[in-house]
Amino acid sequence: MFRLSSVPLDPGALQRELVEPRAGGCVSFEGRVRSRNEGREVRGLEYEAYGELAEKEGARILAEAREKFAIRSARCVHRVGRLQIGEIAVWAGVTAEHRAAAFDACRYIIDELKKRVPIWKKEHYASGATEWIQPPAAGQNHPGPGRKA
Amino acid sequence: MKMPRSQSKPAAGAGGATPKRVQVRYFAQLREQAGCAEEQVRTAAATPAGLYEELRGRHRFTLPAGRLQVAVNDDFAQWDTPLADGVSVVFIPPFAGG
Repeated sequence: MFRLSSVPLDPGALQRELVEPRAGGCVSFEGRVRSRNEGREVRGLEYEAYGELAEKEGARILAEAREKFAIRSARCVHRVGRLQIGEIAVWAGVTAEHRAAAFDACRYIIDELKKRVPIWKKEHYASGATEWIQPPAAGQNHPGPGRKA
Repeated sequence: MKMPRSQSKPAAGAGGATPKRVQVRYFAQLREQAGCAEEQVRTAAATPAGLYEELRGRHRFTLPAGRLQVAVNDDFAQWDTPLADGVSVVFIPPFAGG
């Protein structure tokens, strides 16, 4: 199930919805609003979604995850509206009998969401300026693998 | 429901097809540049590509079509899909959810 939410997300409650006896592993991801982006001090964010298409495409991604990986269940919720620093912008959770499939499916869901689900983000900076964030150009694998050199 | 007739003439040269009415919705920077979240447009454009060029001229959209995707009736569509009367169209600027 994929849905949009205009109210703050409760990760504990979301995770409890996935609990069932055969789920030996549960992996969840929380995307949070961070205070700096591209060297600029961020005060808050605004998310705007094309609801009808976002929910359709989100549901397709979850269905693909269930086909590609040996998982039990998968859910994803994305916030819309104004968010403060530290708030959860997106939550994805997956259960599986074993951990590898749960990790892989959770990563797949969040990566595909960023590429395919029409949700826009406007950053509000400390300077008072605002900007609609564009995804990095193709080929610039930003922000790249999270390993330190 | 009867719609008021638009006073403006449909754009010429955009495919030469019969004028049709389409509902266009805008999001993010396109919404801000258009100054509205949706509008009904009377157009002779044959495809979403033609319609975008027409609206880009009218609203001075800064993004070229190459940076956008398009949805017709709430699903992703090709830019050269024939535009039917009564459809809804959304031009999707680059997005960055998550």
